[in-house]
Amino acid sequence: MRKVAVVGAGMTLFRRRLQETGKELSFEAARMALDSAKMEIGDVDAVIQGTAPDAFDGVHMKGEYLLDGSGGRRKPFMRVYTGGGTGVFSTIAGYWHVASGLADVALVVNEEKMSSCQPHPQSVFAHIWDPILDRPLRPNLIWIFAMEMNRYMTVHGIPYEDIARVAVKNKRNAVGHPCAQLPDPNITLEDVMNSELMAWPVRRLDISPPSDGAAAVVIASEDVVRKRRLKDQAAWIKGVGWCIDSTMWTDRDLVFPEYVNRAAKMAYKQAKIVSPRREIDFAEPYDPFDYKELHHLEGLGLADKGKAGLMTREGITERDGDFPVCPSGGLLGVGNPIAATLGIKIGELYWQLTGQAGKRQIPNEVHTGVAQAWGDLMQYGCVVVMGT
Amino acid sequence: MKVGIVGVGVTPFRPTTPEFSWKELMYDGAQRAYADAGIDPRTDVGSFITCAEDYYEGFGIFDEFTPDQLGAALRPMHTVGGDGIQGLANAVMQILSGLADVVVVESHSKASDILTFEGIVAHGLDPIWNKPLGGHPNYVAGLEMDAFLRGSGNTAKDCALIASANRQAALLNPIAAYGARVTPEQAAASPALWAPLRHLDVSILADGCVVLVVAGEKAARRMASAPVWVDGIGWASDSPSLETREWVIPAYARIAATMAYRLAKVRAPAGAFDLAEVDDKFSYKELQHLEALGLARKGQAGTMARRGDLDAGGKLPTNVSGGSLGCGNVLDASGLHRIAEAVLQLRGEAGRRQVDGAKRAVVQSWRGLPAATGAVAVLGVGR
Repeated sequence: MRKVAVVGAGMTLFRRRLQETGKELSFEAARMALDSAKMEIGDVDAVIQGTAPDAFDGVHMKGEYLLDGSGGRRKPFMRVYTGGGTGVFSTIAGYWHVASGLADVALVVNEEKMSSCQPHPQSVFAHIWDPILDRPLRPNLIWIFAMEMNRYMTVHGIPYEDIARVAVKNKRNAVGHPCAQLPDPNITLEDVMNSELMAWPVRRLDISPPSDGAAAVVIASEDVVRKRRLKDQAAWIKGVGWCIDSTMWTDRDLVFPEYVNRAAKMAYKQAKIVSPRREIDFAEPYDPFDYKELHHLEGLGLADKGKAGLMTREGITERDGDFPVCPSGGLLGVGNPIAATLGIKIGELYWQLTGQAGKRQIPNEVHTGVAQAWGDLMQYGCVVVMGT
Repeated sequence: MKVGIVGVGVTPFRPTTPEFSWKELMYDGAQRAYADAGIDPRTDVGSFITCAEDYYEGFGIFDEFTPDQLGAALRPMHTVGGDGIQGLANAVMQILSGLADVVVVESHSKASDILTFEGIVAHGLDPIWNKPLGGHPNYVAGLEMDAFLRGSGNTAKDCALIASANRQAALLNPIAAYGARVTPEQAAASPALWAPLRHLDVSILADGCVVLVVAGEKAARRMASAPVWVDGIGWASDSPSLETREWVIPAYARIAATMAYRLAKVRAPAGAFDLAEVDDKFSYKELQHLEALGLARKGQAGTMARRGDLDAGGKLPTNVSGGSLGCGNVLDASGLHRIAEAVLQLRGEAGRRQVDGAKRAVVQSWRGLPAATGAVAVLGVGR
């Protein structure tokens, strides 16, 4: 199979309310990604759009709506959709557009504009439940994540401090990220542990903020990389994996994200990675809640079950630690415009691997990174391994 | 490497399906496809794809509700916010990339659950420029029909021929919901609700599910039924804004066809196919799409219809399934329905509507109002 690389990336500011429309945000991100790849829209063979619930924007067929902003007009344009997993999944779709030979250059654009949804985007999440079994209970996302977090803590005997430390680390890492919404150089463990209780044990600072934003990456074949002399700014996609678990979340083991584990195994197999903790240098797991970073590190096989919290406590996952995790600042620090987290996950892998991460550059040399996103109803895992 | 379709499952299309939820409808379609291909989804499938839109389904994130009924729990699966042939394109790409050997593609319509379909379509219009104008969104099709007829030289009478022929053809199709003895005169005299678009120029929503099993060459040759090869596939979108898209010959269909023909090495599309299944969610769309696909010369699609070229025994049998006008508009499953029909025809299993000796087919889809997105596939047998 031919080799495929990310050769450019761009992302907009992540903010609670941006003035730009979704189309304009998509345009800004696409423009930045093309500029960084030294390309024009005419060089692009196919456009892949990632964007999560249509109801955020209140637009039916949101992919169709955004497509001219994303550069998809009069081109093969494809919207893929896996809920929150879209942040990483659209790159997987971009990968197969190019690896299959149907496109030589693919532009992946992810957009989310949550602020159009009034009074709060949480109201959209009232409509993601089984209409008979769940909806009458009037659940919201924080409640069920509180259940998952509680179960994870209880089964493994993890103290809350170990989880709250993730929020501190990521919000501090986000300092220096030009797009970050909630960077905080002075945040302390006490700040997180004393923040407002939302649904026990989840506190306000355990949660990433709703956000508007867009991000884009340019994906190209080996031939294009060679012909356009992009080798120095190419990060190769070595493996991709994705997996969905059953809809019935009440039947699931909430302690261990089996779907992430299976997606990771699929990606590692393709990337010929046998021992992920030794062969991977850093990770960008999905961290919409602080416990999710730990949960996902275990799913990715990068920490033993129940031990990811120790890695944080011992400083291993700091940017200058032995195994940096979320050097971007993650969703907790940079913001969580659902699908646009592409810029924090795939984008960060790209910038770190090509030495373009600026103030966020990991001091140790990095050759292989893994990005992961999580979506739907605590049931979707997708994983991309990239390397130099 | 080649990619083949090795299993199809189609549930009968019906105006309403009160006894089935959308999940049960998907299960039904999947069972049929798995039996046709002779596979067990839990062991023989590498990846699953569903084509769906949140607003049609009535969910915030419909992707959540897709895996169990297809046998896809804890397996690779994703949603395409697009038409079924776009889903098939993803399957083809996954196989060509070596990510999967066997891929299942599903799409369905549970339109009978939708209380305010025109309200949903209106939500697809630009929220600043177009939606505030109000009115039933079929006015967009009325405007386009007018532009097409003026620009191409086809006539409203030609459209009435299509409205009649497809409903009559559907009488031979056991899965069709709306087969009827409608004459061209009746179609031409039905109320001009969005003039020149008349009541019988519009397809009616139906419930139904279509599932395909797609496989790489090696896997395909092991399967129970003879593979139908996907020789070429293409998809494209024109501008979403009504004001800046192509109105006479739609760019989405032209570009998608160019891509599919390039991959299938089709140089002269007129005469290259034994059968065509092209989108007819509105009667004029069939004529418009035939011209965009290069199957009719500009302004000549209506002439072909009048000459009987599009009939089952004609030069290019078109929509012998009955199309969306006869079978029902199954939303994003419409494209997959056309693929399934072409597969049955090319296998020689199309029963009373069989086109004799069909070896190569072209299939085209359009996502419906207000989208300007469509896809084209070239299918063939025997090589």
